[in-house]
Amino acid sequence: MAELFHRKLERTAIGFVVAIIAAASVGGIVEIAPLFTIHTTVEEAPDMRVYTPLELAGRNIYIREGCYACHSQMIRTLRDEVERYGPYSLAVESKYDRPMLWGSKRTGPDLARVGGKYSDFWHVAHLNNPRDVVPESNMPAYRFLARTALDTGDLQRHLRAQQALGVPYTDAMIANAASDAFGQAAPDSPFAAGVTERYGEKTQVSAFDGVVTQLTEMDALVAYLQVLGRLTDAAYSNTAAPEQAPDPTN
Amino acid sequence: MVQQLTSGERQNALIILLCVFVAGLAMAAAGGSDPLGMHGVIVMLFGASLGALVMRSYYDRQPDPDRLSHYYDDPIKAGVALTLAWAIFGMFMGVWTAAQLAWPDLSFDAGWSTFGRLRPTHTTGVIFGFGGNALIATSFHVVQRTSRARLAGQVSPWFVLLGFNLFCILAVTGYFMGVTQSKEYAEAEWYADLWLVVVWVTYFVLFLRTIARRKEPHIYVANWYYMAFIVVVAILHIVNNLALPISFGQAKSYTIWAGVQDSMVQWWYGHNAVAFFLTAGFLAMLYYYLPVRAQRPIFSYRLSILSFWGITFFYMWAGSHHLHYTALPHWVQNLGMTFSVMLLVPSWASAGNALLTLNGAWHRVRDDATLRFIFVAAVFYGLSTFEGSFMAIRPVNALSHYTDWTVGHVHAGALGWVAFITFGSIYTLVPSLWKRERMYSPALVEVHFWLAVAGTLIYVFSMWNSGILQGLMWRTYTQEGTLAYSFLDSLVAMYPYYIARACGGLLFLLGAIVAAYNIWMTVRAVPASAAERQSDVPDTGLAPGAAATPAE
Repeated sequence: MAELFHRKLERTAIGFVVAIIAAASVGGIVEIAPLFTIHTTVEEAPDMRVYTPLELAGRNIYIREGCYACHSQMIRTLRDEVERYGPYSLAVESKYDRPMLWGSKRTGPDLARVGGKYSDFWHVAHLNNPRDVVPESNMPAYRFLARTALDTGDLQRHLRAQQALGVPYTDAMIANAASDAFGQAAPDSPFAAGVTERYGEKTQVSAFDGVVTQLTEMDALVAYLQVLGRLTDAAYSNTAAPEQAPDPTN
Repeated sequence: MVQQLTSGERQNALIILLCVFVAGLAMAAAGGSDPLGMHGVIVMLFGASLGALVMRSYYDRQPDPDRLSHYYDDPIKAGVALTLAWAIFGMFMGVWTAAQLAWPDLSFDAGWSTFGRLRPTHTTGVIFGFGGNALIATSFHVVQRTSRARLAGQVSPWFVLLGFNLFCILAVTGYFMGVTQSKEYAEAEWYADLWLVVVWVTYFVLFLRTIARRKEPHIYVANWYYMAFIVVVAILHIVNNLALPISFGQAKSYTIWAGVQDSMVQWWYGHNAVAFFLTAGFLAMLYYYLPVRAQRPIFSYRLSILSFWGITFFYMWAGSHHLHYTALPHWVQNLGMTFSVMLLVPSWASAGNALLTLNGAWHRVRDDATLRFIFVAAVFYGLSTFEGSFMAIRPVNALSHYTDWTVGHVHAGALGWVAFITFGSIYTLVPSLWKRERMYSPALVEVHFWLAVAGTLIYVFSMWNSGILQGLMWRTYTQEGTLAYSFLDSLVAMYPYYIARACGGLLFLLGAIVAAYNIWMTVRAVPASAAERQSDVPDTGLAPGAAATPAE
């Protein structure tokens, strides 16, 4: 009987295509749509902040250079990963990440909590030639980052696009995008104050690549690496749902 | 090429190419010094050079009015050539990147030649360049033969083939310049993605219109798979690539999906790119070229139905197995694992159907390297689908994920299954397409076969070893309860395997070069077959004597 029906289906191209679409749609709809409606999918984290313009530019360099091909940013809920890299990653930590950079391969170590683990100086030396600091490393050298000026001219457009997609950038953040990018990498400049004012006291303002006179791609990438895992403290607090004592009268 | 088009069609082709040129000009003007501007120049060059090609033959004599009673094979021939060109490019990039992991200074002091930018040129080059061109070329061949009808268009097959290649060129040149969305296997930016939608819709319409012309009441199994490939890849591509460009003059865009939802959309796409690009379309090749080459009908029609609908339905649930133990909710991970395990049933139904089809033709498998390519493809299809279901089980995935085991698994599928079935199909297709008696050198087919087998085995075994070793080292504890190895210890242990892997890949690349040479010489040097086979023409209702070709 079933075969008889299929013999009929095989005779109509349009019917066959409709059947394919129907069969193929179910899985995606069932698995993706509820991720937007079940509110426990993404945890609450009131202290979560957005990337500064410099960090966002650094993130785009990370994407451009394909760092995600060898480094994950997702610590799994496994004992050895938590002991090696830190608390397991929460969904909220990447809620402003477009796209997410969870990665799929660890030719190098996970970077989800690399922020603050090494000094700026170490990162710069490592990016210039990884084998200077880690002789066994097989990571490419990124010398050109330190000699390439960062393009800050379109940072406003980047922030505005993010805002349009729902990332809570304020209009003041957008208006000051370029000067904030400069200020974050020049601690003694008058622009530095605005960065902590808009993005919070915990924002790292530093001369990242050691040269404050020129803003380079190295500054941006190091600023990004140093903020990884530090946008919120949520992963360090207990996020489990509060346990309820059994109610004997119920 | 152009000689097969009437002057009206030549005119249409020129108008389309002019539109392409103008679009490139607009991109160049809007983009300026942004990579988008450079891509505009590439689009202009693409349109202009093809336009020159059409112009050169514009006033040539009109095609034979009889052409419509023949199959339309010119775009297929070009497709085969492009398949081989992309194979060599993509595999070369693979060998280079593999070597970089063993010898990291094997790059220039510039961004374009670092591993992170080269890696997508390898994946796009082989998946879309090599695989995609092979799929388009064989689909044009199979749909005509099994429907006994000519393609439903004169210019549109060229538009599909060359338009798709323009997409590949934009994608790959973009990666060199650092233009990427960073979504794996969907790295190309918004304007290239939009272009692919236009090409793909044309492909879909062309394919369906050709099916509609069929002289067989039933649609043959291979065409079910091609239809699933075309339709579902369109859905996946559009949903995963929804993005907001920062401006229309810049290449950069931000995806509309964020964080955990983006991860699910990405791997729903990523895994089904494997399913519908790298499996469905290639199963279509299997279902046509295997029976043709083995001269045996497909073993079981019922198994074909079971595996087709099983694959179409189950695969779409399986993507979340890429996200085990991550911040993706547990229930989605469980669904992904469950369906991945169930997928083994339709997958092995296909592999079994293929192997049982060979019953009674094993002597041909022994003697004919081309059929052996197809046989090994079916074996690797069975092996890697088993491995895939196994690796999708959560505790197994805890070990395998993030390691080279995944890379080994992918290449067991991509080399052992996809590339083997492609080469088997091409070796079957080329002599009949160019109406040659045989391949230039059966011995070289044999050489290619053994190079490919050796390369695949070396590759897969070294990655199994490195991946499992890596996974075990990461989770080994000392008796005191501390981690036994630093990450660096595990990296140092990888080097011998990375060298072995690069060698395996090199053997496979050499095989592809041998194939390209052999096919080139077949077209150039082998005499045309004495009599064109009478049956190899479409059923136009005018030739009642034409022999029926097996359609099922």
